[in-house]
Amino acid sequence: MPPKVELIGVSKAFHGDGLTLRALDDVSFAAAPGEFLTIIGPSGSGKSTLFNLIVGLLQPDAGEIRLDGQAAPARLGRVGYMPQKDLLLPWRSVLDNVTLAPELRGVTRAAARERARELLPLFGLETFADAYPAALSGGLRQRAALLRTLMTEREVLLLDEPFGALDALTRRELQDWLLTLWTRFRQTILFITHDVEEALYLGDRVLVLSARPARVVKTLTVALPRPRRQGLQALPEFGRQVAELLEALGIAV
Amino acid sequence: MPAPRLPAWVHAALPPVVLLGLVLLTWQTVAENSGLSAFILPSPVQVAQAAWETRAALGEAVTVTLLETALGLAAALALGVGLAAAMDFSVWLRRALYPLLVASQTVQVLAIAPLLIIWFGFGLLPKVLIVVLVCFFPLAVSTADGLASADPDLVALLRAMGATRGQIWRLVRLPAALPGFFSGLRVAVTYSVVGATIGEWVGGTAGLGLYLLRSKNALATDQVFVAIVITSALSIALFLLVGLIERTALPWYYSRQRARQWEESGIY
Repeated sequence: MPPKVELIGVSKAFHGDGLTLRALDDVSFAAAPGEFLTIIGPSGSGKSTLFNLIVGLLQPDAGEIRLDGQAAPARLGRVGYMPQKDLLLPWRSVLDNVTLAPELRGVTRAAARERARELLPLFGLETFADAYPAALSGGLRQRAALLRTLMTEREVLLLDEPFGALDALTRRELQDWLLTLWTRFRQTILFITHDVEEALYLGDRVLVLSARPARVVKTLTVALPRPRRQGLQALPEFGRQVAELLEALGIAV
Repeated sequence: MPAPRLPAWVHAALPPVVLLGLVLLTWQTVAENSGLSAFILPSPVQVAQAAWETRAALGEAVTVTLLETALGLAAALALGVGLAAAMDFSVWLRRALYPLLVASQTVQVLAIAPLLIIWFGFGLLPKVLIVVLVCFFPLAVSTADGLASADPDLVALLRAMGATRGQIWRLVRLPAALPGFFSGLRVAVTYSVVGATIGEWVGGTAGLGLYLLRSKNALATDQVFVAIVITSALSIALFLLVGLIERTALPWYYSRQRARQWEESGIY
C-alpha cells in the first residue's frame, strides 16, 4: 500500500519586509496507513508550517506532497486538522461545534447530530452537549476540538500540540484516551509535540526536526510495546530513546 | 432571620430608581420653596400635569416622531451594514470610504437639517434622512470592526476543512461581527430620537420637535420639560429594547458571565 502522506523534498520560505525566512528545507518523509507518527523539533522550527502545507493552506516552494500515493496539489478538506488552539466557535454549543465538518460537507444536521451524539460519551462530553465552549475547562475544550477533528471522517489526522496547554495530569489522561481512540478508529496520525516523552509514549516512529530551516535530522522507531501504559516511562529502553532524541535535538545529555 | 434574596433585575434597577426618586424629591422641594416662578422652574408635579393636559397633542407628536425614528433606523441599518460589508469585501473600498464616513460625521446636523428641508420639503423625508445621517455611522464602523475581528486562525481552520468563502462568511465572519453590530446599534438608537426631533424643530409640521418649539415660543416651560422627559424616555426604551434583543440573539456572548460564576463555584 502506498503511504497515506508523503513529502518529497518540500521547501518553504516566507518573504516580507525585505527579509526571507526559510521555514522548511528539503523535508522528506512518509507516514504509512494507520501509523502514529510523532514530530518533535525546537520551538519556531516550522512544525506548524509543515502542517499548514500538508493541509493545503500553504503550497510548497519546491517539492511535492502526496496523499495516498498521488500528487495532491489541491488538498483543502482532504485531511483532518486540529490546530494548537482549540478554536471552537464561541457562538455554537459543543454539539454544533463538533458537527461542523459534516455540515460543511452537506450532511443533514439531523444525521450529523445523531453521529455526534453516539461519539460524545466516548469523549466524556455527553453532559456538555448543549453548553457553550466558554463554559468548558481546557481539557474538555481539547476533547471537543478533537471530536470535531474526528468528525471530519478523514483517514489522516494532523494534531498540532493538542495537549500543549494542559496540566501534566490532564495531559497524561488525554494521551491514553487518544491512544484508545486511535486503536479503535486506526487513522493515520501525525502528531506535533515539543515534549520528547510524549513523542515516544504515543508514536510508532518519531521524526526529529532541526531548528529553522527545518530538516529531518532523525527518524526513530519507538522500541516500546503496544498497548502503551503509563509507567512505561520507567523502562530502560524508554530512557535510552529519550537520550537519543535529546541528542538529535542538540541538547547535551 | 436573613433577609429574602431579591431577584437580580431588582438589584440592578434599585440604585438608579432610588437616586432618581431623590432627585425628583429635591427638585419638587426646591421648586416649591425657592420662590422661583413656575416659568423658570416648574416642579415635577407641574410637569406631570402639563403632560396630562396636553396628552392628545403629545400622543400625536410621539407617534410621528417614532415613525420617523423607525424609518430612519431601518434605512440606517441597511446603509450601515451595507457599507460595513462593502468595506470588508475590499480593502480599496475601505480606504476610499472610511475618510468620507468620518467627514460626514464632522458636519453639524443643525447645519445640514435646514438644507434637507430646503431640498425635500416639510414632510417626513428630511427627518428620516437626519435620523439616517446620525445613525448609520456607529452602525457602519462597529459592524466593519466586528467583521474584521473574526479570528484569522478560525478562518484558516474552516478553509482547512474545505469550507467555501460563503460558508466562512455565514459560519464565522457574521456571528463574530454581531457583538460589534449590537454595540453600534445601541449607540445609534440613543441618537435616533434626538435626530428626528432636531429635524422637526428645524422644519416640521408635527412631532415632538414641533411640540418643543411651540412650548418654547409660548414660554410654557413645564411643556418644554415634558418634551425633554418624553424624548429621553423614548431613547431609553429603545436602548433597553436593543439590549433585550441582543440577549436573546447572542446567548453565547452572555454565557461567558455564567461560565465565570461556574468557575468560582468550583464545578471543575
